Amino acid sequence: MFKLIFRNTLRHPLRTALTILGMAIAILSFGLLRTVVDAWYAGVNAAAPNRLITRNAISLVFRLPVAYLNKIRAISGIDVVSHGTWFGGIYIDEKNFFPQFAVEARTYLDTHPEFLIPPEQKLAFLKERNAALAGRKLVEKYGWKLGDIINIRGTIFPGNWEFVLRGVYQGADESTDISRFLLHWDYLNESLQKSNSPLANQVGTFVIQIADPDQAGQVAARIDETFKNSLAETLTESERAFAMGFVSMTGAIVMAIQIVSYVVIGVILVVLANTMAMTARERQEEHAVLKTMGFRAWHLVVLIAGESVLLALFGGLLGVILTFPAAHLFKTALSNYFRIFNVSDLTLLNALLAALAVGLISALFPAWQAARLSIAEGLRRIG
Amino acid sequence: MPPVADHGPLVEISHLSKSYRRGTQVIPVLQDICLNIPRGEFLALMGPSGSGKTTLLNLIAGIDRADKGILRVGGIDISQLTESALALWRHRHVGFVFQFYNLIPVLTAFENVELPLLLSDLHRAERRHHVDVALKLVGIFDRREHYPRQLSGGQQQRVAIARAIITDPTIIAADEPTGDLDKVAAEEVLDLLTRLNRELDKTIIMVTHDPRAAARATKLQHLDKGVLNACTA
Repeated sequence: MFKLIFRNTLRHPLRTALTILGMAIAILSFGLLRTVVDAWYAGVNAAAPNRLITRNAISLVFRLPVAYLNKIRAISGIDVVSHGTWFGGIYIDEKNFFPQFAVEARTYLDTHPEFLIPPEQKLAFLKERNAALAGRKLVEKYGWKLGDIINIRGTIFPGNWEFVLRGVYQGADESTDISRFLLHWDYLNESLQKSNSPLANQVGTFVIQIADPDQAGQVAARIDETFKNSLAETLTESERAFAMGFVSMTGAIVMAIQIVSYVVIGVILVVLANTMAMTARERQEEHAVLKTMGFRAWHLVVLIAGESVLLALFGGLLGVILTFPAAHLFKTALSNYFRIFNVSDLTLLNALLAALAVGLISALFPAWQAARLSIAEGLRRIG
Repeated sequence: MPPVADHGPLVEISHLSKSYRRGTQVIPVLQDICLNIPRGEFLALMGPSGSGKTTLLNLIAGIDRADKGILRVGGIDISQLTESALALWRHRHVGFVFQFYNLIPVLTAFENVELPLLLSDLHRAERRHHVDVALKLVGIFDRREHYPRQLSGGQQQRVAIARAIITDPTIIAADEPTGDLDKVAAEEVLDLLTRLNRELDKTIIMVTHDPRAAARATKLQHLDKGVLNACTA
């Protein structure tokens, strides 16, 4: 039976090739779209369980006084407190987007042990006020070398800012963000103070490393209680929840992408179902002849379903194989927006299962029709 | 499944009727047919188009069901069999030869002949032996690895005959077996059918328009507008 199933797929080479190609494109699209969704959540998944983020309770747009640092440090359950402020400048051109943070350098690196820096580079970064630390991905992208002057045009903090690259950090694992550009908050604040800027002595968020991740809720509550009824009330949450907040801002887009990924499967299901219906109609006479020999309805169901599943799986496998180079191209083109863009094993499995489901469902109606066909009716269709 | 009875007519048909529906219209095809076919007969069914010849053949071969009447083959009332049992019965007792051969185009001659044996319990080597014997019998052994498209019409029909006899059926049902063949090929096929009947005592029921084919038969029956003989009982 398998021999017949396999050879049946080769009866119309062009039709088979196009069907497999269509299936491959659908599965490739499905895999890519699911990977985009995964990448969207990459920041959430990479969040450290023992890090909290404290921000202004009204909105992330509003800042917090740097003076909160010592008060937070005094709260029990906290190991290290640091802060980071979104710098948001332009490097040469607007399209060269990468995350830039003005940080309390020493403590910030303590709260991010996943940033791996050679000791001498770390020292050099900490020593100079206009030093910068960049992730390896960023350095490779722009071809920077240690000692290079990096000019960034400020937007939130106007002016032309000059930084010296003193360190390049690697990630401890694949999920670590190695596309950040870190500068000294002291350097920034000094300039703001000189110009009497209203943004002086303020920070974007506090980054808190706690001793016990299970105590995250309680520590967060203690921090927010400390600043309740102050001019700048705080909202403290886990880094994961903080990252989820960004994702949920674009929740509609993510949902749309997920829906499109299923629509793509739906489209190829219809295409393959049509192909199998056509195929079954063309072979009604043959099916009738098989029945005259004693083949039962279930034999015909196996023949039709087998061919459908084989086509779907060939296409699915091809699609899965093509997903890798496609994902690589995607990753390269959109590296500014998706720092992690890896095709997960779960996505591959889902893609193959989708192909299998399409193969089975597409065969349902034609197989049912073939099973019901009376022999006399089927033979009557002969010329 | 009881064995086929050895004594009495192989096929007993009594007051058999069959109609087809086309929408709301009921078209009678066979009317009150009575017929006995003894074992080893080579029966030719002749008649004008639409007379019900193929329908009668289909009923005897178990690929259609009558509306009324009794149809026994080898003592078994096949009208009482379930679909599943009827399929099994056909596999064991009927070999069908079609006008247009109806070989599976993606299978070789060998594989086409082997098809019915896939439903049996024979091992691969046993199946191979049976197929080789059948192919040699019909004189197409040297073309066993050819696909139907590589065979002439006469050769394809011989493969079809080999497929029909591979399970050693009780009846060979042939529907216009020479209808698509030239004179030479038709003669070869008729020679083969005649051999199967005379040397191997195969019961053959053949529908034909061809007088030359009918001349090979041991008995001739004429159908006209669904009527065969007057039923005496």
